[in-house]
Amino acid sequence: MNQVLIIGAGPAGLAAAQSARRAGAEVILLDSSDSLGGQYWRHLPESRPARKESALHHGWARFQSLASDLVSDSECEIISSAHVWAIETGERPVVHVVIGESDGQSRKRMSFHPTALVIATGAYDRTLPFPGWDLPGVFTAGAAQALAKGERLAVGHRVVVAGAGPFLLPVTQSLAATGSRVVAVLEANRAVPLMRGWLPKAWQLLPAASKALELAGYALGHIRHRIPYLLGRTVIAAHGTTAVESVTTARLDHNWVPIPGTEKTIAVDTVCVSHSFTPRLELALAVGCQLTPERFVQADRRQETSVPGVFAAGEVTGIGGVDLSLAEGSIAGHYAAGASGTNPSLERKRAVFSGFAARIEAAHGIRRGWPAWLTESTTICRCEEVSYGSLCATSQTTDSSSLRSLKLSTRAGLGICQGRICGRTVEDLLARQTSSGTLTDGSVSDRRPIAVPIRMSELASPPEAHP
Amino acid sequence: MVSRLIPFRDDPIQPSEPTPVTITFDGEPLSGVVGQSIAGVIMANERLGFRRTSANDAPRGVFCGIGVCFDCLVVIDGVEDVRACQRRARDGDVVTTQHHTLPEGEGS
Repeated sequence: MNQVLIIGAGPAGLAAAQSARRAGAEVILLDSSDSLGGQYWRHLPESRPARKESALHHGWARFQSLASDLVSDSECEIISSAHVWAIETGERPVVHVVIGESDGQSRKRMSFHPTALVIATGAYDRTLPFPGWDLPGVFTAGAAQALAKGERLAVGHRVVVAGAGPFLLPVTQSLAATGSRVVAVLEANRAVPLMRGWLPKAWQLLPAASKALELAGYALGHIRHRIPYLLGRTVIAAHGTTAVESVTTARLDHNWVPIPGTEKTIAVDTVCVSHSFTPRLELALAVGCQLTPERFVQADRRQETSVPGVFAAGEVTGIGGVDLSLAEGSIAGHYAAGASGTNPSLERKRAVFSGFAARIEAAHGIRRGWPAWLTESTTICRCEEVSYGSLCATSQTTDSSSLRSLKLSTRAGLGICQGRICGRTVEDLLARQTSSGTLTDGSVSDRRPIAVPIRMSELASPPEAHP
Repeated sequence: MVSRLIPFRDDPIQPSEPTPVTITFDGEPLSGVVGQSIAGVIMANERLGFRRTSANDAPRGVFCGIGVCFDCLVVIDGVEDVRACQRRARDGDVVTTQHHTLPEGEGS
């Protein structure tokens, strides 16, 4: 029997598991967290049951049916708190896992040799740096969302939400529902790019009416809570000594350059920011998967990557929302199980929602002018505390255009997060320092041979092979 | 007061009454509820910036909340480098802040 190993139990991974089981494969589903659902369906733990948890989620019934289907299925082995720290390539990939609490010690080591692999590792917020973004009280929008849904914690009292993209809306709704006062939601892009992204051939959006309803729901939420949603404005600095006390916002031109004279100061204790998303690529890169020009995992119509037997689904292949992730997951699971034939309705769904992904990028994508809000002393790499001034100075002194060499000389991206937060920003800023405008060694900051930290003592103990 | 846990009685999603949990943080007892992360318990007790950085001695707290940024590292029961946002609090957890000074002659 085919054995399909799925990494990630968010919408894409769950859908992949269900469809691989329906196609008759044995399934192993790994997730680093101790519950199913991923970031999208992050919820209160079993120890804190809530009667109306569904009120915090879209598609909660779908999640519950996926989860209960898989949990009750003896041919689907769900391993929670499973941290994939490396994948070796060969005739079959060998997946190395430590099982136990995050950053624990003496966890169990296990290695898997599946017939097929589905990578559904998702994505996380990409936050552009700005002066004061390292102050306590500045969070990624995802943090606010995770703490609200996963713990019922309101991150702040007076909050400003800033950045770009439709994700700002559900985050605002979650914040308002935890009793935070959201003083404004700032979308960096102006009306024209938004319309350019969303309006052309708008009839193509009709099959995605559920998504439109979801967005309308957020808009209504804004009105109900009287939260202003402003276009073409963003937070260009956060101020405070031990935590955020206020922010400076400014109007942006179409290229995201702040317009002088439009600055305003708002007293807030919390800033939630998200400018885009970064896919979690380290495992896909470890297996040797090729990336698209936009730096997502490249997948064909069967959701198979450039490596035979390795499939990818969900946000790791492009940011398109939950419906796209579910469709891609189902398709990936089906073919990973070794099944043939097509499913036209799923493929149609995927086509509709990939259109969404392109529109999001066109309407909300990061524009090139943003470094104009940086100052010499703005922290770029949070771990190694590399400032914008020092990053530029080192790069000019060494006159290098190799990312690998520049990482060593600037130290940006070398810290404990391994460039997860600043990597793409560092690449962008360093490329601008070179005469050709590009980095030339072909290396990417997403490559992390040790995908999550593992303790030396754990590394020293031999892994158990999964049957 | 900045971060706070929504009192379960006021929560529209109607959670059942939570079980309290107590941890110590740098020797001080902090209370939370079972199922919360260490980061959540610390934040709900009005400690937003709970680590100081090595080079600039700047305060840091939770940033990404999902285990990506490693800004919320703490020591739990003597084990270093634990992401506070990824670990559920257990009664009696002894949590301390983590601070590493840079080797002589480094930093700015």
